[in-house]
Amino acid sequence: MDYSKEFLQGLYRTMVRIRAFDSKAEELFLEGKLPGFIHLYIGEEAIATGVMANLRKDDYITSTHRGHGHMIAKGADMKKMMAELYGKITGYCRGKGGSMHIADLSIGVLGANGEVAGGLPIASGAGMAIKLKKSDQVVVAFFGDGASNRGAFHEALNWCSVYKLPVIFVNENNQFASTERVQETTSVQNISDRAVSYSIPGVTIDGNDVIAVYEAVKSAVERARNGGGPTLIEAKTYRIKGHFVGDPTLYRKKKEVQEYWRIEPIGRFEKRLEKMGMLTDEEKEKIKSEAEKEVEEAVRFAEESPFPETATALQDLFVDDTGYDYY
Amino acid sequence: MREITFSEALGEAMYEEMLKDPTIFTYGEDIAKQGGIFGAYKPLLGKFPDRIIDTPISEEVIFGSALGAALAGMRPVAEFHFADFIFTGMTAVTNQIMKIRYMTGGQAKLPLILRGPDGISKSAAAQHSESIETIFMHVPGIKVIIPSTPYDMKGLFKTALHSDDPVICFEHKLLYKIKGPVPEEEYYIPFGVADVKRKGKDVTVVTTSRMVHESLKAAENLAKKGIDVEVVDLRTLVPWDKKTVIDSVKKTHHLIVAHETWKRGGWGAEIASVVQEEAFDYLDAPILRVGAKNVHIPFSPPLQDFVAPDHEDVENAIEKVLEGA
Ligand SMILES: Cc1ncc(C[n+]2csc(CCOP(=O)(O)OP(=O)(O)O)c2C)c(N)n1
Ligand SMILES: [Mg+2]
Repeated sequence: MDYSKEFLQGLYRTMVRIRAFDSKAEELFLEGKLPGFIHLYIGEEAIATGVMANLRKDDYITSTHRGHGHMIAKGADMKKMMAELYGKITGYCRGKGGSMHIADLSIGVLGANGEVAGGLPIASGAGMAIKLKKSDQVVVAFFGDGASNRGAFHEALNWCSVYKLPVIFVNENNQFASTERVQETTSVQNISDRAVSYSIPGVTIDGNDVIAVYEAVKSAVERARNGGGPTLIEAKTYRIKGHFVGDPTLYRKKKEVQEYWRIEPIGRFEKRLEKMGMLTDEEKEKIKSEAEKEVEEAVRFAEESPFPETATALQDLFVDDTGYDYY
Repeated sequence: MREITFSEALGEAMYEEMLKDPTIFTYGEDIAKQGGIFGAYKPLLGKFPDRIIDTPISEEVIFGSALGAALAGMRPVAEFHFADFIFTGMTAVTNQIMKIRYMTGGQAKLPLILRGPDGISKSAAAQHSESIETIFMHVPGIKVIIPSTPYDMKGLFKTALHSDDPVICFEHKLLYKIKGPVPEEEYYIPFGVADVKRKGKDVTVVTTSRMVHESLKAAENLAKKGIDVEVVDLRTLVPWDKKTVIDSVKKTHHLIVAHETWKRGGWGAEIASVVQEEAFDYLDAPILRVGAKNVHIPFSPPLQDFVAPDHEDVENAIEKVLEGA
């Protein structure tokens, strides 16, 4: 593995920051401080991190209901994220979106979708725009194992293959779609097998190994930037938390979850870096405490921010709302 | 009388009819293991294991296959998970289920039900909060039930389980946990029969679902001011009980129509039009509508409260209509 210490520690830092943010979000939700639903990215941090290490700021992604990690890895400001979770006016979506819809168009996040697989057609369209503009940007569409059973997934893969669009489909196979296990509802062993039907490359990788993710996405991005069209990457992981915070998780045993805690991505990468001499205890503690501090500051910012004025509810629907009847 | 919850009422209706009719089966996302995300199927857990099926996230097939199964002799009950996601399989509903009997010259019987939660909850934001019942009143071809109490839920759903026409049932998320009297004995509530939830003589409020409760609250508050409000719960939108509404208007001479869905183009506009066409001479003031403001349901709690209607909006409309609007 021929990577600089700086690069490797960068990956580690991003994963730690995502973990710190979502651990805090979980805690705040359980304390009753956050409205709505929260879907945690805990245990899946290696995917967003490994993917985004290949992207430029002007590359696009489409995110999901489980999108906090995508945002952080793409370079979002935790303060504005946390404020959005609180429903405050200083949040990314001015309190209109909440956890499921956090997005920052200025860093290329083309929406976070509450509709499962809702982002895949959008990513396809961004791919068309890139092709028409003759730019070398790429799009990454994140989606879950459950999403791969929706028509939108199949239509988007065919579409991007036919038009050879620079879209990388990153499947976050966390083995569950809410209460349903992937094997119970999915016709293939590996979701990447579905690539064959659309004549595009498909690979399955260990989604808890940040380097494996980085490398698989690297070659897909290179191909896409050079006009080689789409790739389907299945990153296998495990959702170690409930579907949402508060999920009673009656559909699996605690013991199974404990097994997966043993191979969660951050601890694994930590050991690997330590073995390579790329991460000292001091550096590790520093990265962790910095992440926690960043999260604390985000919480303070969110708590000190005001709720939106009710009048703002009647803004943001149209650019030009001349003659529009809100009442 | 004993009291049970709205979701228990649904579960009981399903249980009683599934015992009698082996062609009833039910499927959708996340229903078989935890009893549905809002617990509506909890009373069925562990019973009829092969007739309660978890499906892939494939809405067009969930709805379209209900049609196929009905045509092939079964009585499917398909869950739409969230009303917002009906749109991801909408063509199977509006273009297939709602048209096939008519297109085939009356050959097909369609004993099928689509059911699931709609409406606002605790900050679920724009893609998990919609009320879209109006669309199914606008496009012909499906019966629309939208109950407000455990009693109505059970009685209407049992009738739906005997219908040879397709039925769509909207269950408001904030109602699943409410309790109400439901008799032990079996009963059925016919479609197209409104229920006067409160008798009054000054003004009629026509409403459904969560807004029935908000309207009753408004009526109670206004009773202190000497205003006597009649609350008419339509219970079904297709067909809807024109006679009860017009009889009430003949008595009170004032009409408000209140729903959670958008005011603009909502089903309240249809009721208002019909009443002015058929009972214009009985009205002492213009008919007023109460509905959501014409934007999406926002996430932040103060914004959601502002956009979605509640009892205060109903009270304001009543006071305005009594002033002659
Ligand atoms: C079209 C649609 N159908 C149903 C839902 C309800 N729902 C939300 S998340 C989810 C499971 C999604 O599973 P998966 O795609 O594997 O993503 P994960 O939550 O595991 O990250 C379901 C069924 C939805 N949001 N959108
Ligand atoms: Mg999943």
